[in-house]
Amino acid sequence: MNNSETQRNGIGVYFAVYVVILLIAALQIMLAYQHVDTSRTLLRMLSLAIVQAGLAVLFFMHMRSERRILAMTLIPVTIFVLLMMNMIWTDSFRILHSITGSG
Amino acid sequence: MSQSEIALPHSGVQGEPSPFAIVSKKLGMWLFIISDAVTFGAMLFSYGYVRNASTDWPHPFKFSPSIVNVMFMTFVLVTSSLTVLLGLRAANRGNKRSAVGWIGATVALGILFAALHVREWLSLIHEGVGMFHNPWGAPLFGASFFAITGLHLLHVVSGVLILTVVAIGYYRARYSTEDIEIWALYWHFVDLVWMFVVPFVYLLSVAK
Repeated sequence: MNNSETQRNGIGVYFAVYVVILLIAALQIMLAYQHVDTSRTLLRMLSLAIVQAGLAVLFFMHMRSERRILAMTLIPVTIFVLLMMNMIWTDSFRILHSITGSG
Repeated sequence: MSQSEIALPHSGVQGEPSPFAIVSKKLGMWLFIISDAVTFGAMLFSYGYVRNASTDWPHPFKFSPSIVNVMFMTFVLVTSSLTVLLGLRAANRGNKRSAVGWIGATVALGILFAALHVREWLSLIHEGVGMFHNPWGAPLFGASFFAITGLHLLHVVSGVLILTVVAIGYYRARYSTEDIEIWALYWHFVDLVWMFVVPFVYLLSVAK
């Protein structure tokens, strides 16, 4: 963040982001009580959490006012590592199927 | 060119300018945040692994008191992100007293969050949840719940302590606005992690 960044971003911008993050949190709670299957609820919750996190990184952590190369250095590798962790699911389903006797 | 020639401040030796145009300690904080994000990511993935492989995962979180408590904790933590921003804004304007006041408010909110978290833990422990047993089902529920929320709580407590030290140091002119900015980044990260902990750990296990 430039030193003038917090001056340029008026309190209004921060307050608007703050309200949106809280509204998304409220929406997540409403979603939790809908009678929808877990995988669909998980997808919706994850999407909303990513939007919340994106707002926090861009506005609260001022990533949008940093040089683009900083974001391009840090974010893709983090996403790549997190995506690679998805390889655990096959083993998780293997255990589940061995318990239930299906598949 | 040796490393010392590149990065000697006030030595008159000009190295290459930083491609990121930020001070090295801020880059260090960003790198820490990225590595910590991956740590939390790994913990949430392992939680998902255990939960998916279980046929009797408990749904113990009743709307009252658990979810109401979590809603209040979220409000407190997100509000503390706003107060630390206001502290940084005041510091950038050179208003020392106001900056310390807002960071003090952030610390107070962090302490409140930790107290609410401990209350939530005690309530679950009182219901019989331990690391490897609980009255409802999959025995690893307790271990994964306490590990994830415990690591987050450790970050909150660390943040409270560090922000206190930085605020006092800033007031005594030992630390600069830059230091407030760097630790504000950390505090926002703690808030960001909570945005993933709440839906995955609490909201997907509500008692309906």
